Amino acid sequence: MQEVYIIGIGITSFTRLDFPLYEIASFPAMEAMKDCGVTEIDHLFVANLGGGRINRSTGLASAVVDTLSLTPAGAESIENGPASGASAIKTGFMAIASGMHNVVMVTGAERMREANALDATEFVATMTHPLAEQIYGVTLPALAGMFARLYMEKYGVTERHLAMVAIKNHHNAMFNKFAHLHQEITMEGIVDSPEASTNNPYVAEPLRFFDCCPVSDGGACVILANKEVAKKIKKPLIRIAGVGQATDVHTVHERDNPTDLLAVRKAAAQAFKMADLKPKDVNVAELHDAFTILEIAESEEVGFFKKGEGHIALENGVTSLKGKLPINTSGGLKAKGHPVGATGIGQVHEIVLQLRGDAEERQVKNARVGFTCNFGGFGNNVVCLTLVREG
Amino acid sequence: MATELEGLLRPKVSDAPPYPAKFMQLANGETMVVRSVERDEIPLLLEYVQPLIKVERDFYDIVAARVFAELLGQYVHRIQDQYVLIGQINGELATIVNGRTLSPGIGVSLHTIALRRGLRIGAHAFAAKMEYHMDYLNHKEVMIVAESPIGFRRFLVEYNLEKRPQVIHELGGVPSYALTKETFEKARGTLVVGRRPVPKDLLDKAKAEILPPSDPPVMAQDLLAASRSVYDSTGSALRGLRSKQEGRVK
Repeated sequence: MQEVYIIGIGITSFTRLDFPLYEIASFPAMEAMKDCGVTEIDHLFVANLGGGRINRSTGLASAVVDTLSLTPAGAESIENGPASGASAIKTGFMAIASGMHNVVMVTGAERMREANALDATEFVATMTHPLAEQIYGVTLPALAGMFARLYMEKYGVTERHLAMVAIKNHHNAMFNKFAHLHQEITMEGIVDSPEASTNNPYVAEPLRFFDCCPVSDGGACVILANKEVAKKIKKPLIRIAGVGQATDVHTVHERDNPTDLLAVRKAAAQAFKMADLKPKDVNVAELHDAFTILEIAESEEVGFFKKGEGHIALENGVTSLKGKLPINTSGGLKAKGHPVGATGIGQVHEIVLQLRGDAEERQVKNARVGFTCNFGGFGNNVVCLTLVREG
Repeated sequence: MATELEGLLRPKVSDAPPYPAKFMQLANGETMVVRSVERDEIPLLLEYVQPLIKVERDFYDIVAARVFAELLGQYVHRIQDQYVLIGQINGELATIVNGRTLSPGIGVSLHTIALRRGLRIGAHAFAAKMEYHMDYLNHKEVMIVAESPIGFRRFLVEYNLEKRPQVIHELGGVPSYALTKETFEKARGTLVVGRRPVPKDLLDKAKAEILPPSDPPVMAQDLLAASRSVYDSTGSALRGLRSKQEGRVK
């Protein structure tokens, strides 16, 4: 098996982008090619979820490969819900690891703000079980709300802990010029003050407005290569050391224990095993915090903290920018934004910046091992990656 | 003769009751004071609003242009029964709202403009003007329209306003929506919040000087941030934007 390296990265602002979807997918790809100086690509994978429905744009990979003048390279679109980005990276990884290709581009994009917020939420809800969930009006915020309620009752997580995640990630996003939300928030302003319920109303109790990620447009890209190509690039060598993917029961209420995110647990275990590393080896992580409760739950399931103790680590500042294990230094989905098809690639973009030492004001000191968790559906299809800086 | 003519041009003197200032805490922990403005403060507001007329983003241009005209109208005595409220954070101008009395019992909402984005700044100010119409001017209904999708969602949808297609709003001549006593009471305490009295030091600071907004809305300079790429040979939208910014096309 060939070793796989990330040689180039690019990203757009996660915000509202009034550009065609194929351009949003192409811009970060151009930037990634500029980043590494490589313009000959063997194959292109494009991650996207809503193009067909929201933007009336299908066959995205074909449009992007031509836009980038990369024809006749092979190109295809990858869709795996909110984990589409990491799934596309995993597919690119396999293409190089197998020896089939030497240089693969993986770009992801979403243009969700073409739809209004209600339509976007309804669209995302189409990934729930059609007969057991969707027809009853279940949405992702609703599932997350129920999950949060159970988690709070079982493990003592409070609304203040959820707010701490939001405050931390909004703070981190202040140092990320590509982040969707550049706004500090405080406990007083969103929880304690008499106006807090207006500033931060319930969306799906106990989740409030600031517990939910924004609806974002955006694109992100990574270029993968084998070691021979990677060594020619004048950048630190960042290797994809571990890849894990696992699935879980589609219908959340049919799971043995709805507060267990088994797919996260298994995907993370695979990603660590392949890398021959342990969770304690990780210096910086990007976890899929579409809702604040998910950062806490995932931090436990991937093995950073014991089950039920993620909120205590958060409370103690372990996961803050200056903490022992900074989580979501980019601002996370919560504040950096969540353009679904680009999200998983955006997570990897942040880890590569951290491992290269290029994360500027939000740089984690001496970061050598990074980890990402891209969470599809409501935890029914999860992809985790372990990245290592060599040399 | 000129004085007599000016008297004919001016609106009747308004006997509207004052709006008692209030304050609220924002999501970022800062405090915003909402208060009415005196006529001699209007030139400063005009100065701060004028740059927004050029901001072709989220309908700031048209809203700012109309707010400018309405403020000017108030300053030179050319608009009847208008009031202007402002929101200030640490003395900085954060938002301006205005409206007027159309007829006894009926109010007209004119504009809400946020000079600082996010944090429900505009929403808090809009709520304050609805409070003024209902609780102080004793209006039964307020006629409202929106010029931007953000305004439509924030005001017409959040308050669940009633349609009044038979009423043509004086702003743009489009069919109106109405805030009634009933819909206002539903919003009281949830959308309409704030505390009184304003602590003296806070109010004194607000009244001492209206400082310019430190982070006003601007034209998007770099929508894609990282995408200024030399490889961009086919990005038509980006090329168009770039050409415009470089002044090669109008």
